[in-house]
Amino acid sequence: MSFEPKIVGFLCNWCSYTGADLAGVSRIKSAPNVRIIRTMCSGRVDPTFILKAFQLGADGVVVMGCHLGDCHYQEGNYKTIRRIPFLKRLIRDFGIDPRRLRLEWVSASEGDRFAHVVNTFTEEIRALGPLELYIHAGRKDGQKAGVAEVK
Amino acid sequence: MAKPKLALYWAASCGGCDIAVLDLQEKILDVANIFDIVFWPVAMDFKYDDIRKMDDKSIDICLFNGSIRNSENADIARLLRAKSKVLVAFGSCALEGGIPGLANLTTKDRIMDWAFRDSPSTVSQNGGVYPQTHTKTQEGQIEIPEIWETVKSLDQVVEVDYYIPGCPPQPSQIWGVIEFIMSGKPLPEKGAILGAGTKTCCDECTRERKEKKISRFFRPYEIEPNPNECLLDQGILCMGPATRDGCGALCTKANVPCRGCYGPPPNVIDQGAKMISALSSIIDAHEPDDIERILDQIADPIGTFYRFSLAHSILRRVEKS
Repeated sequence: MSFEPKIVGFLCNWCSYTGADLAGVSRIKSAPNVRIIRTMCSGRVDPTFILKAFQLGADGVVVMGCHLGDCHYQEGNYKTIRRIPFLKRLIRDFGIDPRRLRLEWVSASEGDRFAHVVNTFTEEIRALGPLELYIHAGRKDGQKAGVAEVK
Repeated sequence: MAKPKLALYWAASCGGCDIAVLDLQEKILDVANIFDIVFWPVAMDFKYDDIRKMDDKSIDICLFNGSIRNSENADIARLLRAKSKVLVAFGSCALEGGIPGLANLTTKDRIMDWAFRDSPSTVSQNGGVYPQTHTKTQEGQIEIPEIWETVKSLDQVVEVDYYIPGCPPQPSQIWGVIEFIMSGKPLPEKGAILGAGTKTCCDECTRERKEKKISRFFRPYEIEPNPNECLLDQGILCMGPATRDGCGALCTKANVPCRGCYGPPPNVIDQGAKMISALSSIIDAHEPDDIERILDQIADPIGTFYRFSLAHSILRRVEKS
């Protein structure tokens, strides 16, 4: 079976989630690989969520928020713009390709941009291939993550 | 009434946890009065066979320090689990892998090559002499434990009842736990963290804090820290915001940043992720280039943020490449 990337998308409620909604009602075609999780702000996306997504089998994670200056909470996405590059450095240290984590700004009116981001990111992850981590080893037998005796 | 039985063991650890028990000072005599110490390799002469001969669940409390790094650590962890009513992961290593857990940054092969072939102090001939798990001698076969690829915390190998964090746990906290257990009060629910607080190290720290805005990070040798101001405010990486309280902020009192040994605070599963979250909020930059420049000043994020907790973090080890 060919590889279908599993991607988790954290979308801010005010811009990007609405942008994704617009893409839907406008019937713009986009790859079905992104599992969207709505958050109140891209600044709400704790680094823990992103590591957890990789732990549970995501091949890529995309965080989308309002353009800089447009944040509903004024400063939220400025936290994100510092957090994501920081986290990219950390996952690189963990041996995960930093391209598997992406930050994009998508406003409520940019349905076409949402579709473009989803499509290009899906293709990029498809080219990178499945993410295989130590922590996944025990899960193939349906066990809890990492429980298997890996020496 | 027979005295309750106490066992102490060290797996992959430095011995500091055992020293911390001895640091109870004269109260160590009370420990000996209250308990019948049945096993304590660092201080008393018992053999593994003494434990094997015991009935299951015959040890009342086992304080287990050290991470699980080789087959011997794991065998004894399983043995003591079977023989103990209450198994306590004692200290950072047992709790979350500790300093030995940093071996998860690399691979067993690289560690062995460095230790037995490549390090400047090793005289290696014919490509180095590596330890073998089985060696035949005239007297018979000698076995030594097999080192693992990945270091684990105690609870990744056996079920653990309670946790006491710290590198090492503070003697006053150890005594507090012993007193609590001996008071006969009902024990807390399984999995509880004992001998520590429920906030962060910052809550115990007495340094003066301002609104944090960091535009330059310093490594400790690059700066003479002001003894009264928050170290993080001064640009020194201090793990306080992502570390559980309970130690009394000993390090910051000595003008040294918190290293994070008490592990993540309640409801935090990954200390490094939390530290990134905290630092991202206080870095004073809005442009990508400025942000990258400031992040460049943080040497070794993974080794700093997961100094004690790598083996127990969400991803647990660096991928082999």
